[in-house]
Amino acid sequence: MTTPLKVNRIGLEPQIYKGSKTTLCAGCGHNAISERIIDAFYEMGVDPRRVIKLSGIGCSSKSPAYFMGGSHGFNAVHGRMPSVATGALLANKKLIAIGVSGDGDTSAIGIGQFVHLMRRNLPIVYIIEDNGCYGLTKGQFSPTADLGSTLKTGVVNDLPPIDTCALAIELGATFVARSFSGDKKQLLALLKAALAHRGTAMLDVISPCVTFNDHEGSTKSYAYAKDHDDPLEELSFVPFFEDISVDYEPGSTQEVTMHDGSKLYLKKLDEVFDPTDKIAALSRLREIARRGEFATGLIYFEPDRDDFLAQLNLIDEPLASLPPSRVRPGQEALDEIMDSLR
Amino acid sequence: MPLTDSALQEEHAAPRKQRVVNDFSLQVATVNGSGSQTANLVLLRSILLMGVPVSGKNMFPSNIAGLPTWYTIRASKRGYTGRKKEVDFLVAMNPETAKEDVLTLEPGAAVVYDEPLKLNALRSDLVFYPVPFDKLVAPVCSDAKLRRLVRNMIYDGILAKLLGIDLTFMDKALGRQMGKKAKAVALNQAALKAGWDFAEANLTKQDPFALEPMNLTAGKILIEGNQAAAIGCLMAGVTVVAWYPITPSSSLVESLIGYMKKHRVDKETGKATFAVVQAEDEIASLGMVIGASWAGARSMTSTSGPGISLMSEFTGLAYYAETPAVIFDVQRVGPSTGLPTRTAQGDLLFVAVLSHGDTKHIMLLPSSVEECYAMAMEAFELAEHFQTPVFVMLDLDLGMNNWMSDGFEYPTKPIDRGKLLTPDVLKRLGEWGRYRDVDGDGIAYRTVPGDGMPAYFTRGSGHNAKGQYSERPDDYVENMNRLARKFETARRFVPKPVIETVAGAKVGLVGYGTSHWAMIESRDQLREESDVKTSYFRLRAYPFDDHELAAFIDAHERIYVIEQNRDAQLLQLMKLDLSPERVAKLRSVRHYNGLPIDARSVTDDVLSQEGYEVAERNGRVARAGMTGGE
Repeated sequence: MTTPLKVNRIGLEPQIYKGSKTTLCAGCGHNAISERIIDAFYEMGVDPRRVIKLSGIGCSSKSPAYFMGGSHGFNAVHGRMPSVATGALLANKKLIAIGVSGDGDTSAIGIGQFVHLMRRNLPIVYIIEDNGCYGLTKGQFSPTADLGSTLKTGVVNDLPPIDTCALAIELGATFVARSFSGDKKQLLALLKAALAHRGTAMLDVISPCVTFNDHEGSTKSYAYAKDHDDPLEELSFVPFFEDISVDYEPGSTQEVTMHDGSKLYLKKLDEVFDPTDKIAALSRLREIARRGEFATGLIYFEPDRDDFLAQLNLIDEPLASLPPSRVRPGQEALDEIMDSLR
Repeated sequence: MPLTDSALQEEHAAPRKQRVVNDFSLQVATVNGSGSQTANLVLLRSILLMGVPVSGKNMFPSNIAGLPTWYTIRASKRGYTGRKKEVDFLVAMNPETAKEDVLTLEPGAAVVYDEPLKLNALRSDLVFYPVPFDKLVAPVCSDAKLRRLVRNMIYDGILAKLLGIDLTFMDKALGRQMGKKAKAVALNQAALKAGWDFAEANLTKQDPFALEPMNLTAGKILIEGNQAAAIGCLMAGVTVVAWYPITPSSSLVESLIGYMKKHRVDKETGKATFAVVQAEDEIASLGMVIGASWAGARSMTSTSGPGISLMSEFTGLAYYAETPAVIFDVQRVGPSTGLPTRTAQGDLLFVAVLSHGDTKHIMLLPSSVEECYAMAMEAFELAEHFQTPVFVMLDLDLGMNNWMSDGFEYPTKPIDRGKLLTPDVLKRLGEWGRYRDVDGDGIAYRTVPGDGMPAYFTRGSGHNAKGQYSERPDDYVENMNRLARKFETARRFVPKPVIETVAGAKVGLVGYGTSHWAMIESRDQLREESDVKTSYFRLRAYPFDDHELAAFIDAHERIYVIEQNRDAQLLQLMKLDLSPERVAKLRSVRHYNGLPIDARSVTDDVLSQEGYEVAERNGRVARAGMTGGE
């Protein structure tokens, strides 16, 4: 007698979606995010052989080794993962890309590539595992550290933080969210919605560093995050392959249809907030930040803009696997070129 | 006693009465942005159409409009296409530089100039042809805005008459240049005619320089190296291109875009079989190339020195993680911003070991536009075969100047994507490890995302043969030794040197790239003028063919390494492969003033080091006029 194995819609077991054992600290927020990524890919029934995982350098960037072991991964150089991801997707537009970065990797050394990734609206799920500090080099501030936040040693941060969500919205990202590694339900719903989105889905996930930034005075600690997390909405995600209808009281919930047909239901916790309104999204983000809290949930969503690959008018097949006959022009083409030079 | 330079000098100092046919250098001095390029190219092509070997070099400022620019055309019945140091015939159109331009000419040279400049008062040992350009252009062109451009075509008409170019050649060349724009063709034809008629009625030929039809250019093309490399990329089947604009490499990708739009768009769907991205900088360009190659595309970028500096970190990643990448470096004068519109071979040493840690990179060293084409294709093959970055080292002279060449041959070798793991190979191997050397050549099998084969985690951090993270000393050493083994394998795969051993020659010359054109001419000068016989070793790739190089050095008493940089970079690099006895035979000839190396400079330097007395001749190479806007 064997009990039937638990499988997802494409017949794969949860085990397939796991990676190697984490080498990050016990209790690191990043590990919780890896777990949610595993859940999201499993529950969405994404084929791991079509997935590429990319990262830069830092604690966060080690984590792609800890999920989706059956997928190709690329741990690139510090702050430059966006360009590698862009190249990989140009080569094969059928791949599903997830990029994992950190707050230093994105907002310090990598701000240039981050800016242009957002502008291009490359189809990628881009996650910032945001703990406000450099863990691997023993806890220095990163540019997302809040004004007045302190290091373990008592050093006070006296520069304003870079708000990666506000920046992403400004720059043209089409799916911008913030979450907290400790909020399993919200993070999972956002990750699934990000996978259903065609374009850049930018998720800034507050992910406390238990070793260097979890003390009193830090604004990226577990305690601080729990107390200051201000969800904009209650999220329910219904994937396209599940025939579930959700009843809701008109006016209380916004229904958003994703590119693949999945639906995201945003039950309003805030009387006036529409995530498809760019200016409203930016001002809501600022208002909440002004009172010392951070807004979480889907902050901005623009469903209609073409992604970067669509703009390039590429052939349907992946460029990488075109046979030589399709990429080397014939003798007559060379003859024509030579004649034009005589 | 060998024929010395002083003897030659005396000969040159005498007025040149004998006709000099198909063997002179003509320089047009204009203002950047004045539209003289069309007139220069028409002149260049009409000489080609006459069957006379010709080359064109543009010496331009880093500026959009207003600063001086010089275009030099060399006609050579012996087929020399390198830069000739002396200017024999000047067309002085730029008031700013005219005086300086005239003062630097050799005695006996000829000058066509804009009459109001009154240049004839400057010297009595030159032939002057004053031309009232403004008066001539007015009746030809009623549109005042166009006059500035059309004016240039008048000097073409004057030169046609003075040098003996039949106007039918000019008309044909004009047609090639202008295409189907009938109105523009007619306007320019009228300007040509006006110039010709003026010269016929008013100018008496006094200089010795003349063109006569030959039959040495049948089937030849005129092309810039960047364009030739672009055709190579097209035929190599490149699919992903990422770049950032930089002089002098931009025209490589811009040409490629043009060719791809024409020849690489699917006829049925109208969709592209390529992607080109203008990235935010050179770092991102190479990042995209690496990502694309990693995911299985043939991918390239093109840049120049400052971009190479920015690419160093990613180059190390590609070397260590073993992803293919093709990088064109169209070298300009450094360091830093340097002279962005001047030529050099200044990146060789830097690129050979680009990035921190122990790295070594394959470099291809084209000399000709034909090699730009062939080596572009070769670069993709090597990059994928060896799963490593391959640099194609052009320079501004090769990349941006007009060179005559035979037409390019259609590739005979089928495209080979290198060691990609397939189910059959996997079955044969039993177990696969991304960095496992199963064939003893240092090259492991790779998989690409989406190919259905086993996945692996690519990283620039330490890894073992399976691709797993490792900081173990034995894993690190094993991996680094395998990479060194791979590089040694490459030594036998890269383009072979071209060697010409001359019986009885005690002197050997070693060089690469565009120095070739000065070197072949210099070898003739050395032999004909000074009876110095030389053998020739032209390097075409790094790693060098160490066996052949050693044999060449052993067969000669003295080896001159000729290159276009200050620090003898090629010589330094050669030292790594050579024994101290062989190194002791090496001597250095360097040329690094930003202008293409010329034969006379090579000859004089070699002769001087050989113990001959070499007189100072026309040492005025750096002109005040080239200092830009300051």
